[in-house]
Amino acid sequence: MKWLSKLYVCLIIFFLYAPVAVMVLFSFNSAESVWVFEGFSLDWYKSLLFDATMLNALKHTLIIAVLSAIISTVLGTAAAVGIEALKNRIAKKAVMTVTNIPMMNADIVTGISLMLLFVFIGKLIGLHESLGFFTVLIAHITFNLPYVILSVLPKLKQTDSHLPEAALDLGCTPIQAFFKVVLPSISTGIATGMIMAFTLSLDDFVISYFTCGHYQTLPIVIYNMTKKTVTPDTYALSTLIFASVFLLLVLYNALQTKAEKRRG
Amino acid sequence: MKRILSLLLILALCISLSGCGYEYAELELEGDYSGLEGTVLNVYNWGEYISEGSDDCIDTNLEFERITGIKVNYTTFDSNEVMYSQIKSGGVTFDIVIPSDYMIERLKNENMLRKIDVSSLKNYHYIDEAYKNLYFDPNNEYSVPYNVGMVGVIYNRRLIGEPEHSWKALWDKKYKDMSLNFSNPRDAFMTAQFILGIDLNTTKKAEWEAAAELLKKQKKYLQSYVMDEIYGKMETGEAAIGPYYAGDFLTMQENNEDLDFFYPKEGTNIFVDSICIPSTSKNYEAAMLYIDFLLEPDIALANAEYIGYASPHTAVLQNPDYYYYQNKILYPDKEDMPKVQYYHDMDSKTRLIYENLWIDVKLH
Amino acid sequence: MKTKSFGNKLVASPYIVWSAIFIIVPLVIMVYYSLTDTNGVFTLANIAGIGKYKKAFALSILYAIIATVITLLLAYPMAYFMTKMKVSSQRMIMLIVMLPMWMNFLIRTYSWITILANTGIINTFLSKLGIGPVKLINTPGAVILGMVYDFIPYMILPIYSVMSKIDNSLLEASSDLGANSFTRLRRVILPLSMPGVISGITMVFVPSVSTFYISQKLGGNKTLLIGDAIEYLFNAGPDFYNIASTLSLLLMVLILISLAVMNRFSDSEEGGVVI
Repeated sequence: MKWLSKLYVCLIIFFLYAPVAVMVLFSFNSAESVWVFEGFSLDWYKSLLFDATMLNALKHTLIIAVLSAIISTVLGTAAAVGIEALKNRIAKKAVMTVTNIPMMNADIVTGISLMLLFVFIGKLIGLHESLGFFTVLIAHITFNLPYVILSVLPKLKQTDSHLPEAALDLGCTPIQAFFKVVLPSISTGIATGMIMAFTLSLDDFVISYFTCGHYQTLPIVIYNMTKKTVTPDTYALSTLIFASVFLLLVLYNALQTKAEKRRG
Repeated sequence: MKRILSLLLILALCISLSGCGYEYAELELEGDYSGLEGTVLNVYNWGEYISEGSDDCIDTNLEFERITGIKVNYTTFDSNEVMYSQIKSGGVTFDIVIPSDYMIERLKNENMLRKIDVSSLKNYHYIDEAYKNLYFDPNNEYSVPYNVGMVGVIYNRRLIGEPEHSWKALWDKKYKDMSLNFSNPRDAFMTAQFILGIDLNTTKKAEWEAAAELLKKQKKYLQSYVMDEIYGKMETGEAAIGPYYAGDFLTMQENNEDLDFFYPKEGTNIFVDSICIPSTSKNYEAAMLYIDFLLEPDIALANAEYIGYASPHTAVLQNPDYYYYQNKILYPDKEDMPKVQYYHDMDSKTRLIYENLWIDVKLH
Repeated sequence: MKTKSFGNKLVASPYIVWSAIFIIVPLVIMVYYSLTDTNGVFTLANIAGIGKYKKAFALSILYAIIATVITLLLAYPMAYFMTKMKVSSQRMIMLIVMLPMWMNFLIRTYSWITILANTGIINTFLSKLGIGPVKLINTPGAVILGMVYDFIPYMILPIYSVMSKIDNSLLEASSDLGANSFTRLRRVILPLSMPGVISGITMVFVPSVSTFYISQKLGGNKTLLIGDAIEYLFNAGPDFYNIASTLSLLLMVLILISLAVMNRFSDSEEGGVVI
């Protein structure tokens, strides 16, 4: 039974990683093909450095991911605090329902509805070009917000409401009370929300597809590429991203284990 | 991280400039464009439709940036309809687009194109007379020809031998799961229209419906609907027969010698892809400069060789060093020339008819 | 009288304004498009015209249901076995499951072509054994496989996260009361892990039913799912925005209905996702 369960876990992991392995393998292909492996080479990693389109798109992706994660974390944390303070049950329910929409809705519907809005506003104020950096940023913030709010809210609920009251009684201003008492107790929720927002933004294709205009992010460039012939340099870039995330996670995990050992 | 990346990029660029045999200093553009330095030029072109510096040394856009200091923002589309939809939506603007004939007619009719004063283009005289004054731009006011092409059928000799030289080969049961067709409605309908002997530009609903019925019949034998995905599929032998543009066949053949090509006996579609400036362009001067740049003999040659389509550029055609010089597929002799038809722009009612029928085919 | 909890509801106002403009208004515009024609004149023609797409809807729902069921069947034992491991290995497996989500899903999907193609890895292997080629790519099976593959982490993680919180003493108690491991699974673990299952089903079903990339790449572009239809129509130009908006709204309604159905099974109050 024990080995059977181990085998099962291994099989699922194999399933998850088979395409990843294919990608890594073909990024080292000496031929210009992602179908036939002809020999080992690092040419595609080299040619990646020449690919201004791809590097530019990577830059765009990182900018949008960082900015949207930060802005949505700030807005979303404030929103969570405000929502928690709402006493009116109906108002609370209404806000939560609206919050759930971008998370529950299909990406394609969110993307298209935002695009229609941006184009509509663009026409209204006489813009030649309504899609670009700001629209894709707004779109990403919009779909990130619910994840931040829903990671912070449970932590706020767990926070003892008497603590900030005590702080106020002891002469803190509400803002001081927030930063000194409330913030530390919800910080893990905020961090989770921010990481989630960053990840979602990094990987988003559908919503960016409809809202990015000229400001093409990496998934959009990759999409255009898969429409023609995918060359192994796309795989090379994905392998690099994969490797760096992998290293970060291993590092994070090692640090956490170490910290736990010290505590224990 | 970003800084390291950009550092690596700069390093890589230095290597590329020194490692190349091409003489950069030769190229000079006319006129004073120093005021345009640092501006952005948005170019919207077909995929795989410009020399990108991978097969030879000229990276057209990089070269243009180097000479003029204008930043080229290059994006691609895979059908005229997608391009039209992007411009029409008002979401994005472009300074250069390279659509096909019938789409130019539509853009022109909808006042979406800006006039191009060809007399101010230094290199316009290179354009072959045969491609001037065409139906979609009778006075050469809106477009400058970039490439010419015809559609034919590509097949894999090793896998299926010699098929009948007809569009009907794409309907042959023998090639079940091995055949492809276009994933854009106009070209897909074209293959059926030739079999049925229907005019490509018919406005009769019944005729479009007949073609749609034929396409539905083909669907059960078809492996997939493709555009540029055909490259990988034909080159690896994943698919054995499919219609595509003659120039692309030449590129594919380089990678797989088993591939062969024919123009169907029923006739085929001919197209001219021309450079245009949308009316929403924000950088007209840079766009004009770019057009002139594309017409530079060296650049035109590099592009003609990279893309592999027939060129309307006389300096390319007359150059015996041109890789496809007098190539029989791109430039067939008079007696081998297939019967050809251009697409014309369809009125919005007909467009609605065939778009809806295409969805029916896809839903079938 | 003192306020009972800390915080001022006013700090939520930037968010409320934001969500009104970027969540509510876009949906209103979408409704406007679906109730008008290309000239902005009121019409019900779009709604009348959706009948033609019922096959696309039916196929999308069918594929998404099959994909969700398969994903659940694969993910549930996985999550269960994960909770049985040492804590340190649990964390490692979690990372391993999450890691592919950090990679672009387009690339992950595209890699499957190399594996499944007629000249791909599996068929090359089979032909060496003298079998095949087996038709794998460009089939409904390939599309469903793509969905299962792309979204399975969204099923594993919530189920695992709920299961790992199940109190061990409950399991011990059930053993003490004479339950064998199967009964224990059925009577204790299954009911307690339901919130995770519900959450996972939602997170797999919604992207599956609305996808437009997977079917194009792995289905040979031959089947038109509802996401494909919407994407195609939007790319066909502004003349088709109205019908495309109608289809989008219908898709949204469909999703909302299925969520409402799912929520009847779960009793979590504010419906947060579990990750």
